[in-house]
Amino acid sequence: MLEVRDLEVAFGPIAPLSGVSFSLAKGETLGIVGESGSGKSLTAMSIMGLLPLSGGRITAGSIIFDGQELTTLAEPVYRKLRGGRLGLITQNPMTSLDPLQKIGPQVDVVAKLHLGMTSREARARTIEILGTLRIPEPKTICDRYPHQMSGGMKQRIVIAMALAADPDVLVADEPTTALDVTVQAQIIRLLDDLVKKRDLALVLITHDMSVVAQTCDKVVVMYAGRAIEHGPVEDIFHAPQHPYTQALIGCIPKGLSEDEHLTGIPGTVPTVVNYPKGCAFHPRCKAAQAICSTDRPGFVTKGQSAAACHFAGAVQ
Amino acid sequence: MTSISSAVLGLRKTAVSRAFGSWLGRIAGGFLILLVLTAIFAPWIIPFDYAKQDLMNGNAPPGWPHLLGTDQFGRDVLSRVIYGARTSLSVSATAISISVSVGMALGAAAGYFGGFFERAVMTVVDLTWSFPDILIALIFVAIIGPGLTSTTFAIAIAYLAQFTRLTRAQIVRLKGETFIEATINLGAKPSHILLKHLLPNAIAPVIVVGMLAIGDGIVLEATLGFFGLGAQPPTPSWGAMMSSGTAQLFLSPWVIIFPGVAVAVTVIAVNLFGDELIRALDIRDRIKGA
Repeated sequence: MLEVRDLEVAFGPIAPLSGVSFSLAKGETLGIVGESGSGKSLTAMSIMGLLPLSGGRITAGSIIFDGQELTTLAEPVYRKLRGGRLGLITQNPMTSLDPLQKIGPQVDVVAKLHLGMTSREARARTIEILGTLRIPEPKTICDRYPHQMSGGMKQRIVIAMALAADPDVLVADEPTTALDVTVQAQIIRLLDDLVKKRDLALVLITHDMSVVAQTCDKVVVMYAGRAIEHGPVEDIFHAPQHPYTQALIGCIPKGLSEDEHLTGIPGTVPTVVNYPKGCAFHPRCKAAQAICSTDRPGFVTKGQSAAACHFAGAVQ
Repeated sequence: MTSISSAVLGLRKTAVSRAFGSWLGRIAGGFLILLVLTAIFAPWIIPFDYAKQDLMNGNAPPGWPHLLGTDQFGRDVLSRVIYGARTSLSVSATAISISVSVGMALGAAAGYFGGFFERAVMTVVDLTWSFPDILIALIFVAIIGPGLTSTTFAIAIAYLAQFTRLTRAQIVRLKGETFIEATINLGAKPSHILLKHLLPNAIAPVIVVGMLAIGDGIVLEATLGFFGLGAQPPTPSWGAMMSSGTAQLFLSPWVIIFPGVAVAVTVIAVNLFGDELIRALDIRDRIKGA
């Protein structure tokens, strides 16, 4: 359904994203994980064709959606896909709705725009979708203003807007970051349900490894603008090859004992202007050798997964 | 367009009633409503024909039957002040409406599309803003000749820069908001984003500044009238009345005082109510930011 190959993005002279590849079929969930600034959101923006709006462009690689190359698509054509067959859920449900418009019209517009429905049909569809998202009293909600609703409710509305045109691919960019933990779990379960019921292909962008473990089929781990490991979720969690992935998984609290110490990864993510030479992770890597600071590692495949590390699988 | 009107309706329901909440707002607002009603029903409430001359009775001091006295031609000052409200208000309100609509369209387009168009519009706007309003209005009247229509357009052009700048500033600020990005993510067309989301959210400060500008417009109209460029005799306007009164300033000061008081009180009321509106809408920062 969706295939991204060797994607490279540039903003002027700097290239914050390069060498990102993954593929996704219907009914599958792909998790993209990484710390802040690792290029997760840029990947989402690239798929949605939103880079030109913020001054970036795709300099290499391809994004193929349902057999169609997206990177060379003209904006008016892209606009028909965006919100239509390609849905996007963003990070900030609190501010993603127009404060002056009632909920109903804001959701209606998607079906009107992409499915050519009349106002009445669109409203019926809105009510139906709000219902499937387990929003109580969808009819009354349509006449509410965003400020009258809670954060979790708003996020459901935003999801409803992304779903209204019945997309094939849904990109969810940290859909739960702004929500509190109990609501997070509900939203994640909801997305998981939708993938199964509607045969969606979901790209779930998150920095929460436990969310990935619960919902995803495949995982791409990103670091400093590059994919450094990808594979089926079981492999990534049970036998991570890359030291960074191992460290990330090490960060998940086990909740086994009360005096368990939380472990972190020392150092910080390099910013785009000072990506280290060689393997970008080497300054923080406990297994780094001399070669790591000079040569960029290629992917080492093991089974269905692959890791970009000179010592993939060797370190534990 | 429904969303624009609902935004304005929302403004009326909440902000205007809140502006009426303070005693200052009540007095100023009450006076303005009274003034508008007076202007509308002027032909029925004036005690004398505003144009009827009575040379035998010229320069009569305030008293009975001419409550505010008469001018040099014996015309009733009260009737002329009341009828002058009609001229002043309609000229100013029409001019500012034109200014607001054109300014919003220009500012919104400049702010939304940016690029060369924005630079061109803003250069012209900044240029006109660097001249005093009265100068721009005078130049314009000089080009198309005196009269009420040209006064109206002159005032409209004099205030165009203000609304263009203000609208552009609102649009530029709103463009960065998440909900606008979210709308783009849904595949909405630029026209939809502009008309349904950007303008309704930008309109409140523009309307309030427009309301305040009606006060300035009245002063500008009076000034042009004072120079003899506005309403032509016998149509009364506050500025023209003051102008004709200057000759008899010491003989019959009421001819110039009462229209002057009318201008002053009206402008104060407009400003006070405008201030209350700004407070009620809590948009002081947005107006200053322009």
